[in-house]
Amino acid sequence: MTSSNSIDSVVIRFAGDSGDGMQLTGTQFSNTSAVMGNDIATFPDYPSEIRAPSGTIAGVSGFQVHIGATEIFTPGDEVDMLVAMNPAALKANLHAVKPSGYIVVNIDAFTEKNLEKAKYAVSPLEDGSLQNYRVIQAPITSQTIEALKEVAVDSKTKDRCKNFYALGMTYYFYSRSNDTTIKWIEQKFKNKPDIIKANIAALKAGECFAENTETVISTYTVPVAKIPTGDYRQIDGNTATAWGLIRAAEMAKLPLFLGSYPITPATDILHELAKHKEFGVKTFQAEDEIAGICSAIGAACAGSLAVTTSSGPGMALKTEAIGLAISYELPLVIVNVQRGGPSTGLPTKTEQSDLFQAIWGRNGEAPLVVIAASRPNDCFASAYEAARIALQHMIPVILLTDGYIANGAEPWKIPDVSTQFGPIQHRMIDLEKIDKATFHYMNRDEKTLARPWVVPGMPGLEFRMGGLEKDIKTGCVSTDPRNHELMCHLRQKKVDLVAENIPLQTLEGADSGDLLVVSWGGTYGSCYMAVKKLQAEGKKISHMHLKYLNPMPKNVETILKNFNKIIIPELNLGQLKTVINAKFGVKAKGYNKVQGLPFKISELVEVFNQELIKE
Amino acid sequence: MSEACYTRKDLCSDQEVKWCPGCGDYVILASLQQAIVNTGKKKEDIVCVSGIGCSSRLPYYMDTYGFHTIHGRAPSIASGVKLSNPNLSVWVITGDGDGLSIGGNHFIHAMRRNINMNVLLFNNQIYGLTKGQYSPTSEQGKVTKSSPYGSLDRTFRPGILALGSGCTFLAKALDSDPKGMTEVMTAADLHRGTSFIEVYQNCVIFNDKAHDHYANRATRADTTLMVEHGKPMIFGKEKNKGIRLNGLKLEVVELGDKYQESDLLVHDKHNEALAYMLVDASQPPHFPMVLGVLYQKELETYEFMMEEQLKTVKAKKGDGNFKELLYSGETWSVK
Ligand SMILES: Cc1ncc(C[n+]2csc(CCOP(=O)(O)OP(=O)(O)O)c2C)c(N)n1
Ligand code: SF4
Ligand SMILES: [Mg+2]
Repeated sequence: MTSSNSIDSVVIRFAGDSGDGMQLTGTQFSNTSAVMGNDIATFPDYPSEIRAPSGTIAGVSGFQVHIGATEIFTPGDEVDMLVAMNPAALKANLHAVKPSGYIVVNIDAFTEKNLEKAKYAVSPLEDGSLQNYRVIQAPITSQTIEALKEVAVDSKTKDRCKNFYALGMTYYFYSRSNDTTIKWIEQKFKNKPDIIKANIAALKAGECFAENTETVISTYTVPVAKIPTGDYRQIDGNTATAWGLIRAAEMAKLPLFLGSYPITPATDILHELAKHKEFGVKTFQAEDEIAGICSAIGAACAGSLAVTTSSGPGMALKTEAIGLAISYELPLVIVNVQRGGPSTGLPTKTEQSDLFQAIWGRNGEAPLVVIAASRPNDCFASAYEAARIALQHMIPVILLTDGYIANGAEPWKIPDVSTQFGPIQHRMIDLEKIDKATFHYMNRDEKTLARPWVVPGMPGLEFRMGGLEKDIKTGCVSTDPRNHELMCHLRQKKVDLVAENIPLQTLEGADSGDLLVVSWGGTYGSCYMAVKKLQAEGKKISHMHLKYLNPMPKNVETILKNFNKIIIPELNLGQLKTVINAKFGVKAKGYNKVQGLPFKISELVEVFNQELIKE
Repeated sequence: MSEACYTRKDLCSDQEVKWCPGCGDYVILASLQQAIVNTGKKKEDIVCVSGIGCSSRLPYYMDTYGFHTIHGRAPSIASGVKLSNPNLSVWVITGDGDGLSIGGNHFIHAMRRNINMNVLLFNNQIYGLTKGQYSPTSEQGKVTKSSPYGSLDRTFRPGILALGSGCTFLAKALDSDPKGMTEVMTAADLHRGTSFIEVYQNCVIFNDKAHDHYANRATRADTTLMVEHGKPMIFGKEKNKGIRLNGLKLEVVELGDKYQESDLLVHDKHNEALAYMLVDASQPPHFPMVLGVLYQKELETYEFMMEEQLKTVKAKKGDGNFKELLYSGETWSVK
């Protein structure tokens, strides 16, 4: 791949007053992208009157760039990101922004005077009229001036540098290198060192702002497919996750409890759930991730559908407590919105590198259930499913999403909740229905081996439980060697039995052939599109996308063994590949990328094609 | 809600108690059971949540609900239990290492939030379970296996830490005084908000007699002061000593010709500044160890406010309707 540091397709429109330098900003963005190997199409949009009064709609100047990896013929129909330097620019261009698109606004320009000039009675930033978009509010003017405090240029010149600040932000958002622009500035203002300094400082300050505010800009690939009839809405992954949990709690007739600590890119689940007190949702912003999961464990002990949400470093902190939840055999949903790692890594970029951690990352033999969402709108079903499994099997479930599906938005066929996502049976005991004389909290369900859920407040059933090994019958502390082995097997068996309670694996394409593409998580869209393209060309290629990663559906092995070759593209160094090869004794190949960026369709088409050609 | 009528026995589980003979933990267990008998709370509504340590074994011995959790995290798990079901009576059982070292962060935030639960800290000034390393409450210079040349760490004063974190109930007790301990535990259980009780506990194996210079039964009357709200601060076997405020300092005085009872400070458990001074001054033998309920403040509990928020939002928006949520914002139809 000549330029893997690029994206399938994105449309950005820069808009501001004609004096704001938007043509220049747009040109810089497209030149940089061209140097980085993207195809580009641009579309300048000058104001019709050259001398239109500043701040008015007539005076708005815009420049649209469409960048992509595949051939681009048009500047793009719908805008993914609008940069609006003032209210008039917003008003004039809002219509072009796609639902859930990003809007960067220069809040410094949203003064009463400018709002009036743009004929806004109320600021659109305050009246809720932008609620279907993702608005990024940035103090572009004041921050530019602040950044140029030490530079010896007059204040008017400083103000003019704000377009570079805006450009810097977009460079960070879309992982553009600033080299080309810096070279251009140095060339253009060769004899004006202060101007060079000022423009570069503004550019870098904009990049810093974007980085420091940990704004995640998703370039999630929406797979194109035939659209079934029905009612639709836009939804992003984190909102869908939150709603899936609300639905599960409602259908299980249990209160929903979230214990969490803010971390990019998972925080919006906390934000969303905190809004919905009308559903009785309790959200607890704890002092750290350990307290987040521990409060959730406490809530599960006391009978709530308990959830904790986090990402990379926060997941690492939760490790010990996850072991406790496994030992307690509690229903608990743990959502990991993956980001680039290790350590603090790439907070705003996507990766699939926590699969090993999810399946194995604990001390002791500590198995649990792992499932992954494939796209923004799949987060709803996945969150509901994670809760269903946790509640029916008395087991912690890790739901993996990632930064791009969490923040990516797409149309979603609104489910008919009168027939779908219905009641969830859980294991909490009904005091009326048990015989207290013979009841024991370690008496297991035959099918699932789940223990009954007894919670404080139930008279006559008081029990003690700890993270120390428990006697398989009495639940009392036991150090008996045989018992420990039995308990380890039992906890593993509980996970294995979940395979009896999940759907069989399906395939896109024929159930045998030359090449099977196996994917999981957020790479669904690009894998699906790439395979579709090759299938249309008559290639014997099929696609298996795994939602259930531990345990896997019972027929996965059969599917794998029906293909000559298997390739597993992942945004990591080959984690699912390792799992699958070890588990099923196959020789799947990996195609791996860890740049914090999703796969491009064209990139995958090429890789799959080569694999098909190879002997 | 009818009150339960238990004897202490009713609160003993069938588990064999496994602390070392002579360990102070036995008396704390018995006092806790007696306090629960006193408050009359029902055992099905009682949850003991502990971390890890000798002290944290306590929940196994209580015939209530009990969760022995992970090191330092009991306050967080207990918070989740209580917020999930505010009707429960929750006890956090922790040690000086568990609560103040690994769990220090959770400890301070528990104090600040004021969730209605009782935090019972067994302070033996040592790590018992891991066989005798110095703890955050050990004196500086302490020689242990992990500090053969003396520890360099300065000492935490749990009471000051709790007050500084905003606790609304602070009490201190001695394992050698079960009666006094039961009284403060009873008061703590009746307090609405987070109650913090520090118990000086003797570890006979790794830190024997660490508290002896004030906790010893024979000399205790002269080395400790049990404060009572509204009562003058008098102590001593002969009830002949008292505490007086001299400028901005607390001072021990002999009752007699020079000072009478009327010269002494009267304890006011609502006075936060006084509580700081009492914890700070407690340095036997120069100043008696102050015990009892040092501080109490009425403040709305976290869980009450949480339930109120739910009620307020429901009153305003009505009960959540999932279909409405799905259709909120912009929707369109594909035909
Ligand atoms: C995460 C973790 N780190 C360390 C330990 C080992 N450990 C168990 S108890 C303990 C100290 C206990 O001291 P304290 O809380 O004072 O309790 P005590 O035994 O004195 O009652 C330590 C270090 C552990 N169990 N878990
Ligand atoms: S080691 Fe010390 S604290 Fe632990 S049980 Fe024995 S005497 Fe008690
Ligand atoms: Mg200790």
